[in-house]
Amino acid sequence: MSIDVITRNIPYLYEGFKVTLQLAAISITLSFVFGTIFGMARLSKYRIISIPATIYIEIVRGTPLIMVIFWIFFLIPVLIGHPIQPFPSAVAAFTVFTSAYIAEIVRSGIKSIPVGQVEAALSSGLTYWQTMRYIVLPQALTKMIPPLVGQFISLFKDTSLAYIIGVMELTRRATIVNNREYKSFEIFTFVALVYFVVCFTMSKYARYLEKKRRVGEDHRTEEKYTPANA
Amino acid sequence: MNHQFNWAVLWEYRELLLAGLKITIQLSSISIVICTVLGIILGIMRLAKNALVRLFASAYVEFFVNTPLIIQMFFWYFALPMMLPETLRFWLWSHNYEFIASVIGLSIYTSSFIAEAVRAGIQAIDKGQREAALSTGLSGFQTMWYIILPQAVRIVIPPICNQYLNLIKNSSLAMTIAVPEITFQAQAIESYTFRGFEAFTAATLIYISLTLTVSFLMSRVERWASKGQRAVVA
Repeated sequence: MSIDVITRNIPYLYEGFKVTLQLAAISITLSFVFGTIFGMARLSKYRIISIPATIYIEIVRGTPLIMVIFWIFFLIPVLIGHPIQPFPSAVAAFTVFTSAYIAEIVRSGIKSIPVGQVEAALSSGLTYWQTMRYIVLPQALTKMIPPLVGQFISLFKDTSLAYIIGVMELTRRATIVNNREYKSFEIFTFVALVYFVVCFTMSKYARYLEKKRRVGEDHRTEEKYTPANA
Repeated sequence: MNHQFNWAVLWEYRELLLAGLKITIQLSSISIVICTVLGIILGIMRLAKNALVRLFASAYVEFFVNTPLIIQMFFWYFALPMMLPETLRFWLWSHNYEFIASVIGLSIYTSSFIAEAVRAGIQAIDKGQREAALSTGLSGFQTMWYIILPQAVRIVIPPICNQYLNLIKNSSLAMTIAVPEITFQAQAIESYTFRGFEAFTAATLIYISLTLTVSFLMSRVERWASKGQRAVVA
């Protein structure tokens, strides 16, 4: 055991950690936007919208992330005619991948809102978009927050795969240090702990939110449907 | 877009893809067995009366759930042999250690997710069942084995099935420690022929058919497991 291999390389690894954070932050923002669109598209009553969205979601969810990363890395140069940088390529891959999962979270969030609410909103003269914006999404969002944080934790861990196409993030820098110093135990334990601290903190926060939501629900006096009061 | 597709390379290199498929199936099926056993044991341990047992299981689950699989694989592949005596280390290195390391990595990673599913499944069983079983004179183990687990199994099958699908997809990470599975072979074809597009299309289709097959099989298992169940009208 030698700690100095870590202390000597902390500035180098810290640069990678910043790239990891950037990758995660940009990708989750884009995935949230596209995921919401795809989730709503899958619930659309127009088949021409819902079928492509369903196909996209199911294909991506059946494919390993590495495949999506390679796909983007090899597909985009073919489409635009010149190679692209690893970082935007990785962001695109994480967005394509995570959007499909977020779409499913959004879909089940929207579906958890009783149909009666939508019908009531529509019949009071709101348009589809107004109903979504003011009635459905605000309620669905509170239910979606814990799984969304969970998805963000997954994405944060998944950014380590950007290593494969040469993005200089935490994992890639760790392997470079490992090749140079040959102190695998110290380096990988340290990097695992860095990921752990970030993800564990987020998952604790997700659990706290979940608990808060449940407490809020229990205090609601809304009458539940039971055979007795039907 | 002036790219000329050349799907013939896939036929030319079909043996690589098939060899990769074989390794992916081996890797996944061995890991599925190990992670299920580990996951069930850990899930039960998380609910143990003994605080030390509970603490160990929780620490295990939290640690492995919250770190990237690729780092775990690197750890098992690069760091673990360094802690072993030299003869054992050389024996491992000459016996396909990258495969063993990826099995360890996949099994431990997935077992922590399965442990969570098992814990949630057991906790979903009404407390009265346990109390009733214990008060009829069954021991703690008998209560678990005959009363709680058979009911928990039905609840737990769908989330565990999801974990199996994740495991199959995650087995693609074994390529980073040079296990020649499908993703590795697709990348090899890409580097021989510069036909990345075609190679990754083929690999993607293989993964999708694998996951579809497994989810079909698991839906059968699910139906079989809930066969004896009475229809519960709420």
